[in-house]
Amino acid sequence: MTQRSVNDFTIRVATVNGSGSQSSNLVITNAILRLGVPVAPKNVFPSNIEGLPTWFDIRVTSKGYQCRTRDVDVLVALNATTWQSDVAGVKPGGVVLHEAAYPVGGETLRDDLTYYAVPFAQLAKERFADKGDLRKYLMNMIYVGALAQLLEIPAEALEEGLKAQFRSKVTAVELNMNAIRIGIEYAGEHFEKRDPYRLERMTGKTEGLLFMEGNRASALGCVMGGCTVAAWYPITPSSSLCEYFIHYCEKFRVDKESGERKFAILQAEDELAAAGIVFGAGWAGARAMTSTSGPGISLMAEYAGYGYFAEVPGVIFDVQRAGPSTGLPTRTMQGDVAFAYSLSHGDTKHVVLLPANVREAYEFGMEAFDLADRFQTPVFVLSDLDLGMNSWLAAPLQYPEKPFDRGKVLTADDLNRVPSWGRYRDVDKDGIPYRTLPGTKHSNAGFFTRGTGHDEEARYSELPEVWKRNLDRLVRKHETARTAVPAPIVDGKGHRIAILAYGTTHHAVVEARDRLRDAGIEVDYLRVRALPLSPEIATFIQRHDRVYVVEQNRDGQLYGILRTELPTHLVQRLESICHYNGVPIDAHAIIDPLLEAEREPAVVAE
Amino acid sequence: MTVNLIGLAREVYKGLPTTLCAGCGHNSITNHLIKALYEYGVEPHKLAKMSGIGCSSKTPAYFVEQAHGFNGLHGRMPSAATGAKVANRELLVLGISGDGDTASIGLGQYCHMIRRNVDLTYIIENNGCYGLTKGQFSATADVGSTQKSGKVNEYATIDVCGLAIELGATFVARSFSGDGKQLVPLLQAAFSHRGTAILDIVSPCVTFNDHEGSTKSYAYVKDHDVVLHTADYIAGGREITVDYEPGTVRDVELEDGSHILLRKLDLDYDPTDSMVALRTIHEATGRGEFVTGLLYVDTKSEDLCERERLPRSPLVTLEEESLRIDRDEWDKLMHP
Repeated sequence: MTQRSVNDFTIRVATVNGSGSQSSNLVITNAILRLGVPVAPKNVFPSNIEGLPTWFDIRVTSKGYQCRTRDVDVLVALNATTWQSDVAGVKPGGVVLHEAAYPVGGETLRDDLTYYAVPFAQLAKERFADKGDLRKYLMNMIYVGALAQLLEIPAEALEEGLKAQFRSKVTAVELNMNAIRIGIEYAGEHFEKRDPYRLERMTGKTEGLLFMEGNRASALGCVMGGCTVAAWYPITPSSSLCEYFIHYCEKFRVDKESGERKFAILQAEDELAAAGIVFGAGWAGARAMTSTSGPGISLMAEYAGYGYFAEVPGVIFDVQRAGPSTGLPTRTMQGDVAFAYSLSHGDTKHVVLLPANVREAYEFGMEAFDLADRFQTPVFVLSDLDLGMNSWLAAPLQYPEKPFDRGKVLTADDLNRVPSWGRYRDVDKDGIPYRTLPGTKHSNAGFFTRGTGHDEEARYSELPEVWKRNLDRLVRKHETARTAVPAPIVDGKGHRIAILAYGTTHHAVVEARDRLRDAGIEVDYLRVRALPLSPEIATFIQRHDRVYVVEQNRDGQLYGILRTELPTHLVQRLESICHYNGVPIDAHAIIDPLLEAEREPAVVAE
Repeated sequence: MTVNLIGLAREVYKGLPTTLCAGCGHNSITNHLIKALYEYGVEPHKLAKMSGIGCSSKTPAYFVEQAHGFNGLHGRMPSAATGAKVANRELLVLGISGDGDTASIGLGQYCHMIRRNVDLTYIIENNGCYGLTKGQFSATADVGSTQKSGKVNEYATIDVCGLAIELGATFVARSFSGDGKQLVPLLQAAFSHRGTAILDIVSPCVTFNDHEGSTKSYAYVKDHDVVLHTADYIAGGREITVDYEPGTVRDVELEDGSHILLRKLDLDYDPTDSMVALRTIHEATGRGEFVTGLLYVDTKSEDLCERERLPRSPLVTLEEESLRIDRDEWDKLMHP
């Protein structure tokens, strides 16, 4: 046996969609967490209800890396259709725990792997003959037991994992624990441990952490951010954001006595209407949001432009998936950054927030409403499938201490105090005008909101100077937003080269920097957290010879924005690294091209 | 000075001067709206004037200047009006649309607004053509109707009233821009109705669709308007003093206690029977006529705000303490 590999490897469970393996995957994930070992689960699933292959990767990582890794060390093979390619994907030295009925020979018999066969189907048939529809779920629990036995996960941890999964429902926990024991016993009786992978209890890494998906965190951000109106059209991978919002509103915002609901969540006929409901509600003074993905963003372009130009607040969550077009609905991408930033025709510039983790999915989700109100404009929160739908280890979310910032809203009392007001006057020279809400009881409160040309008093105007003045004020407002949006986070300083990234790419950057450091290359790092670009970004680039802009799209969308907005001498320092195969980026997708690019100047020098 | 029941002069209900063509049916509708809003005693600050794009959608600028207006996107007013209404249910939402805005680009939103029974008055200023882009047919143009150039419409017409009833609309009326006597009480009844009130108002386009061969011209409409009943609106709490022969009037009590009295003309029309309404519309269309009056009304259905069990106080008034999860519950969520 080769050397021991403790708490640092990746398990891949290959199954068939709809076979009920999700609970088992989460039980094993939770059990590993109960050992105090950081774990990063990633679901790679098809756009399908039943029958297509699906993979669940569980990365066990003592260092706490949250990104995907290409390596598969332990394969749990439960899908006959992908059996061959699944085996081919296992790293040399790895383990294959498989259904005994699968043929092992030819390409599937590799001499660099250790095989353990379990007759899952037969065991389930014998032991759960009376369990009907439950049998397939219980069969999956057998693999949990067998795998746990191999990896030395103690039964107590499994039981705790089951409790976390089934919310301590005693019968469910018992039934599933029995199935797990069948797997433990089978493995105990038939296997002799011949591989290096094992788990050991550790401390100091996971205490107090919980699993949460980004969509759940964003939904909580909406609740705590005071969102009262939501409109949505179901679309993967954003649906669960609205569904969580519904769940929390129904749990916490329904008056128990009267049954009154302090929210209106409408399933719209399409994304055009969803956006219309949001900006109608925003105009009336409510905090409103919609949640969608790329195809929905395309449809929302018209109201996004209206919101920008007529200056109406609204929050749009875009949980990005792989595009163009319908693309890959269940795969991830940072594909809408450039589009969302300037969404709609004409000169349009939006405020875009770029959360990288669960905490930011929550905090930006909340802050988006303040920014939308303060700047009277659409605010986009660009999450992605990886953040939105995968479970991430996260610290408990902080209770908000700040009240809502409703921005410049004039009440009837305010109107009594000012001699006159104009909806689009730039009184404070920050580009942000004052507004009134419908229902304000004052004869001067009303104004006419329109997407056509308008002057400072909200009157229709086609005058060239009026039109230009208004567009220039909108630029001024955008400039004000530049320093009001979440600032970039800088890590490391004084080195020649740096990485610039945003969103979920962050997690691969963390690992890539560690590995580069191990190889003797120190890389500074700036993480962009919002658009418009903070002035700090130019300063950061100025201090480095080369800055690698890493993102998960083909065309280098943020790289493109940087090229457009930065002075030429800074643009020359930028290099683009793109990852765009639909699965979340891993550290090597950064390290390999970076090292190659760093070698090139040396070659030239020779 | 003459004032209405909330003490406001008629001047308050006026707006900016119209920029539409002289003689446009829409201008007549605006004047009828001013009268209806004034007599009804609508509080200007509670009125939300919403519209889409087109000649019709410009008109909210021409009445009640004090009120908030939202001139939105082409065919997308219903969604914005829906958002505004759920945000602040105390607003009296008045949507102004046209036949292109409603029956073509906005047909989907029109249907779904009706399905949801959003509490608003939705007016279609229907002239059968696209005025702002110089006279192309709209989807409400009748088969066989011609453009000025002589071009004949060969595509089936969409009857926005028939469609509305089919979709479960709770208030559907048709009228003519030139018939203020009928239109004003219908508008007022629409304001009182709780739910989506559709008013399809045939409103001739003097510039592009008022020629021989058009079925939306003044001449054609006057000849083919079959008036179902004359209407009187009696505000809630007021005594019904209108003198009618017994048995000649249908009295519909609206949700706020007001009444609309419909005086029979040729036939005894029951506006609470949707099958009768659909048959009447289809038969009239078959004869090349159109019927005007209150085609259908249902005062028993819940509107969107009721179905969603929204609080009495508008959502816009709710603050942190009633919207955020409290600290104890939050701790439980974060430490399961």
